[in-house]
Amino acid sequence: MMMNNTLKNLSNITPGTIVEGKWHKNRYVIVKELGYGANGIVYLAQHLNQYVALKLSHNGMSITSEVNVLKSFAKVQGSTLGPSLVDVDDWMRPSGKVSFYTMEYIKGPDFLTFIQQKGSVWIEVLVLQLLSDLHLLHINGWIFGDLKPENLIVTGPPSKIRCIDVGGTTIQGRAIKEFTEFYDRGYWGLGSRKADPTYDLFAVAMIIINTSYPKRFQKNSGGLNQLQMMIRQKPELHKFEQVIISALQGKYQTANEMREALINTDKTHTRPSAPKTSNTKSQQQHSKPVMQQQTRQAQTRAAQSRQTIVKKKKKRYALETMLIVTTLSFLYFLYIYGQL
Amino acid sequence: MKTGTLKQILLITDGCSNQGEDPIAVSALAKEQGITVNVIGVMEQDVIDDQGLREIENIALSGGGVSQVVYSQQLSQTVQMVTRKAMTQTLQGLVNKELQQILGGSQTVEDLPPEKRGEVMEVVDELGEKVELEVLILVDTSASMKHKLPTVKEALLDLSLSLNARSGDNHFSVYVFPGKKNDVEKLLDWTPRLESLTSVFSKLTTGGITPTGPALREALSSFKKKRSLRSLLSRDDEQYFEESV
Repeated sequence: MMMNNTLKNLSNITPGTIVEGKWHKNRYVIVKELGYGANGIVYLAQHLNQYVALKLSHNGMSITSEVNVLKSFAKVQGSTLGPSLVDVDDWMRPSGKVSFYTMEYIKGPDFLTFIQQKGSVWIEVLVLQLLSDLHLLHINGWIFGDLKPENLIVTGPPSKIRCIDVGGTTIQGRAIKEFTEFYDRGYWGLGSRKADPTYDLFAVAMIIINTSYPKRFQKNSGGLNQLQMMIRQKPELHKFEQVIISALQGKYQTANEMREALINTDKTHTRPSAPKTSNTKSQQQHSKPVMQQQTRQAQTRAAQSRQTIVKKKKKRYALETMLIVTTLSFLYFLYIYGQL
Repeated sequence: MKTGTLKQILLITDGCSNQGEDPIAVSALAKEQGITVNVIGVMEQDVIDDQGLREIENIALSGGGVSQVVYSQQLSQTVQMVTRKAMTQTLQGLVNKELQQILGGSQTVEDLPPEKRGEVMEVVDELGEKVELEVLILVDTSASMKHKLPTVKEALLDLSLSLNARSGDNHFSVYVFPGKKNDVEKLLDWTPRLESLTSVFSKLTTGGITPTGPALREALSSFKKKRSLRSLLSRDDEQYFEESV
């Protein structure tokens, strides 16, 4: 990755350096570098015997923007996806002003490392946790945007998924602020970059694929075909295939819907492998057609709603044409009247 | 607060200009006319020499824009990031001006306490979503750019995807230099959709000199032409109504 000159300037702050805020006068002792993103560098720092994560950036506005997001995260009841905000301030260095904010230090391995260490059984657990947090975020009008394994940290025990970089979080309906190509539906040609819940769910699906391809892969033909092929090449992804594909196609309107579907695949897939009584088997055979029926119903419902939209559009066009014709004839009438 | 239309030139090149007037001067001229100039330097395996690097930085600096040098694989993401960053930068400048009028003196957003900055940033964010944007893309098609052009095309389509997700209107225009006959050639006239670029881009021929300065100047005049055309239109409208009432 490339670093800006300005970032290089901030990346060599030695441990022990004291960062003092201009406005609130809090003092933070730098411990070590934790990582850097597009708009700044994050350090581990100590303040009053407590560890905090401290993010520095020359771009004051991007700091402000992230602080805004963190503040609104705090208002989302019950969600602990993002870190909590501690302080915002400016650090006056001889070379100039550097804006920073401090937040709760979230400690743990990142998503992919955790899966590698603890095994793939954890994928479902973590994704389910992630989906319930996303649901809360979505119903509060926010879209996470730049969802990727590097930004997901697993704390614990008990293991809990948390997010450390909120720079991409966007108000629903606006254009996604920040994204990473592999997890971006626009890059794969499968949708727009307008912030809506399905945008985040696409990224979640890509994260599941990512667990089987830790090094990711390049786009060649793009589109659903390539992704479907990549899923089929990995047997461990087969049980998620339906859910992943639906999420990639934007079929789940809410995170909860995807969550439910994921829980259901778990039921249909893990049971047949275990020894079973004939009773449950027959139940399963019975339940399958029901599910198919449900999806068919959903499809027809979707088709119906599409039709009504088309009708509405047609109506609107007719109305517009009428309006234009009347206005024009009225103006023409005035013109003729004036000429007389 | 009225912001009007944001005007940007996005120059995509891989090295130094070698013909015609100084691009840095033309870029400064653009800034005076309210047009921001952003520059992206594209590398392959080769590295851009110091002179080219300095020119890239200086064109953006005097044009009030953003510059970035990247490997061609990262072009897509950079193009949209640079455009967005420059937008925010311009809007911030406008907000700062407004603030100075209200607060007096040389106060900017950055001088406000952190708590107040948040509210200002929300305004900037919202403006960035809704403002009308005109981007003129100027692509270097000198011989060394030949095998980078498919990536450039991808990146531009990607840019259109990003910007069209905003609720504000976008207008794009694409010029290449050197052109077949002149220093510059218009590839795509002002349009809200960049997708139409796909067919023209594959027929592009590369080669020859790098007249960055003259190309920038031509780009500038394209903004002017557009403005005059539009004012003509609006004047017509008024006359029409005067007559009719």
